[in-house]
Amino acid sequence: MMKENRLKFTIIAILIGLVIGAIILLAVGYNPLEAYGIMIAGVFGSPKYISWTIIKSTPLILTGISVAFAFKTGLFNIGAEGQFIIGALVATLAGYFLHLPPVLHAIVALLLACLAAALWGGFAGFLKSKFGVNEVITTIMLNWIAFYLSNFLVYWDKFKRPNSEASQKILSSASIAFPKEFGSSLGSFFNAPVNFGFIIAILVAFLIKYVLNDTTLGYELRAVGFNKDAAEYGGINVKKNTITAMMIAGAISGLAGAVHVLGVTNEISILSAMEGNGFDGMAVSLIGGNSPIGCIFAGLLFGALKYGGYKIQPIMGAPSEIINIVIGIIVFFIAMPKMIEGLTTIRSRRKRGGEVERSK
Amino acid sequence: MNNIDFSTKVIEMKGITKKFGDFVANDNIDLTVHKGEIHALLGENGAGKTTLMNVLYGLYLPTEGEIFINGEKVQITNPNIAIEKGIGMVHQHFMLVDKFTVVENIILGKETTVKKGNWNTGHLDIKRATKEVEELSRKYGLYVDPNAKIEDITVGMQQRVEILKALYRGADILILDEPTAVLTPQEIEELIQIMKSLTGQGKTIIIITHKLREIKQAADYCTIIRRGKKIDTVKVSDVSEKDLAEKMVGRQVNFVVDKKDIEKGEVVLNIDNIVIKDNRDLNAVDGLSLELHKGEILGIAGVDGNGQSELIEGLTGLRPVESGKIILNGEDITNKTPKYIIERGISTIPEDRQRRGLVMDFSMAENFILEKYHKEPFSHGNKLNHDEIRKHAKELIDKFDVRPRNEDQLAKALSGGNQQKVIIAREVTNDPDVLIAAQPTRGLDVGAIEFVHKSLVEQRDRGKAVLLISFELDEIMNLSDRIAVIFDGKIVAILDANKADEKTLGYLMAGGGVDDERKQA
Repeated sequence: MMKENRLKFTIIAILIGLVIGAIILLAVGYNPLEAYGIMIAGVFGSPKYISWTIIKSTPLILTGISVAFAFKTGLFNIGAEGQFIIGALVATLAGYFLHLPPVLHAIVALLLACLAAALWGGFAGFLKSKFGVNEVITTIMLNWIAFYLSNFLVYWDKFKRPNSEASQKILSSASIAFPKEFGSSLGSFFNAPVNFGFIIAILVAFLIKYVLNDTTLGYELRAVGFNKDAAEYGGINVKKNTITAMMIAGAISGLAGAVHVLGVTNEISILSAMEGNGFDGMAVSLIGGNSPIGCIFAGLLFGALKYGGYKIQPIMGAPSEIINIVIGIIVFFIAMPKMIEGLTTIRSRRKRGGEVERSK
Repeated sequence: MNNIDFSTKVIEMKGITKKFGDFVANDNIDLTVHKGEIHALLGENGAGKTTLMNVLYGLYLPTEGEIFINGEKVQITNPNIAIEKGIGMVHQHFMLVDKFTVVENIILGKETTVKKGNWNTGHLDIKRATKEVEELSRKYGLYVDPNAKIEDITVGMQQRVEILKALYRGADILILDEPTAVLTPQEIEELIQIMKSLTGQGKTIIIITHKLREIKQAADYCTIIRRGKKIDTVKVSDVSEKDLAEKMVGRQVNFVVDKKDIEKGEVVLNIDNIVIKDNRDLNAVDGLSLELHKGEILGIAGVDGNGQSELIEGLTGLRPVESGKIILNGEDITNKTPKYIIERGISTIPEDRQRRGLVMDFSMAENFILEKYHKEPFSHGNKLNHDEIRKHAKELIDKFDVRPRNEDQLAKALSGGNQQKVIIAREVTNDPDVLIAAQPTRGLDVGAIEFVHKSLVEQRDRGKAVLLISFELDEIMNLSDRIAVIFDGKIVAILDANKADEKTLGYLMAGGGVDDERKQA
């Protein structure tokens, strides 16, 4: 029953977000129906758009799962951004410098990226369990360290692509894109850089769900997350679990960075600001109710809003920032289930009152 | 009793109903209190007594009903109005600033300042405040050192500060919420004297309590509340403790714990001169030694804050033992991990069931396996076996009569008594050699207390050792075979339960014996 409520609240929050977005569009002089029409057409209008939406959603689903997983274990992983950067960096390094046969090369690159990001996230866990430093602080700082480390390495002459602001491209053996010959038979769906990333994200969602609910590790992690005092009293090693949890969360975010590089960009650029794949993961996790499976849908919604939303600017001139406002409002209302609960119970109470009157 | 002015109804609450959503906490309650009366509100936990007083103090707005103070109809929408009307409340948990002195605490929010004509300089006038506080304490026989810091005085003294704080604000009606929960028997005695002195000078007192003996000793009238409804108001001198208890729970109760006569066996747990530090890095347990035998309940009597919590945490591996040894069945288990200690045979009913005992967001079934999730049959390798976990939960729910009978229910949705049943069920099924029960009945109602006591005695009768730590002297005296008194981190005396009386224990708990020894030395 609680799950049903959650879903109901989430849908109501999304609708409220869209309605308020419409009001803002109206207020600045645009037709909201037209804008939303463009968005919908921008997402579903052609198979190519659909595949782009999925591609854009994939890293968000994974960083969302990373944040959700950490949250279930009582940790607030603000470091998804930095872990994403480390994953992308290591995947690119491995994709360019290593020479391995196809498939194996991709797998090795993915695993190395996960490992590096796991250590990156685990370091925050280590600091928390060893010295009691709050992971919120350490992960934020690690984000900046990751950011500058990545930029620094892209400037390395052996790694930087000459005359560009980006790294060398990964070797084709490391790519996880669908083979081109696949595409021609299936039309424009494959005109976008379709890759295995989405499948990996879904597998990870189910794997994490399994780990959390059906394994002793998941039991320990959840016990520590809900009440570390009781977990400690029950004989569970809280410190070890904090590190483990941050390592797993880091690995998932790192995987997000890796699939993005190996599947879509094939390189990393010099960044002037953080891209926000990890930060958006926090919103995805929240919209997805901190459940790994919920993150799949929330990630898709988020990806669709962003990808479709940016199309309203070139076509009708409406500011695409409206979409960020819509997303913000959705998150805002999801974070306040009590308020939506209040709104819906007032309505049902009125209804009940009405029935009483009729029965008189 | 002779202080009561029956012509003046200080408080009249009429038809008070307070609903939280669909839950009715107070259901059409009437309460009349006369001037100069000590009126007890008796009820089990969750019966609605504190809710009723929070309504009177303006913390809750009643859903229905009227309140009259001195015959005048009032709307008490917040505590400031209550204070204005002369109502003062002393909460169960004191609201004092530890680093402030007694005077500073008392004047907090109503500071005395130096005034020049009509101009308030904003300069604190501590001298005048101290004098005012001294006068007040003299008038009501509540002696407290006005310049002492709160952190340096006893809990009993802190309570006096709270009472003075209310009086300083001009309270004529004092509400005391569970005032004796943290006091030694002697301090309770003194509190009752203070209450009588206050009513002798025209004050009116309402005490919220579930302790029958104190009602008999202190109160003139008693209103009994059960499940949100007023059951009766009785003149205390006309009824017995047993009558009160039966009105409170609505059925017959049995105060006496049945225990088999058994011989105590060999030593299972030997605590040898241990030292354990508290969070402030002071020696909370300071050279404590104790032997626990098979087939006995050893009660540790003492006032809160004499090292009990640290002792429990040290024994269970949650807090490091600085020196000394803990020997269980001949094996040194000092500073082993909690997991190791549990597996060697020490189980614990922890002091704070919501913080330590249960994962509130876990289901009952998940809570039942907290210490054994990694073992067969609950898991195999790394995989949990949900069927076995469920089966185990159903068995325990049946055996220990946990309500509701739904293993998927989250622990936080259970009542306090049922939460405690979940913990006891879990710990007892570990079949431990030593069961540590810390405050096992704190906050429980009479029915649940009976159950907990029965469970502890069962363990003992099966030849297991039980270490009972409690601030409730009655509980210690009813259950224990031997009683050890803890004071200042040491065991100051060990007595046979049948030879111990409350007066001696209270004296020892307050450090009495220690002082004598020092004098002799």
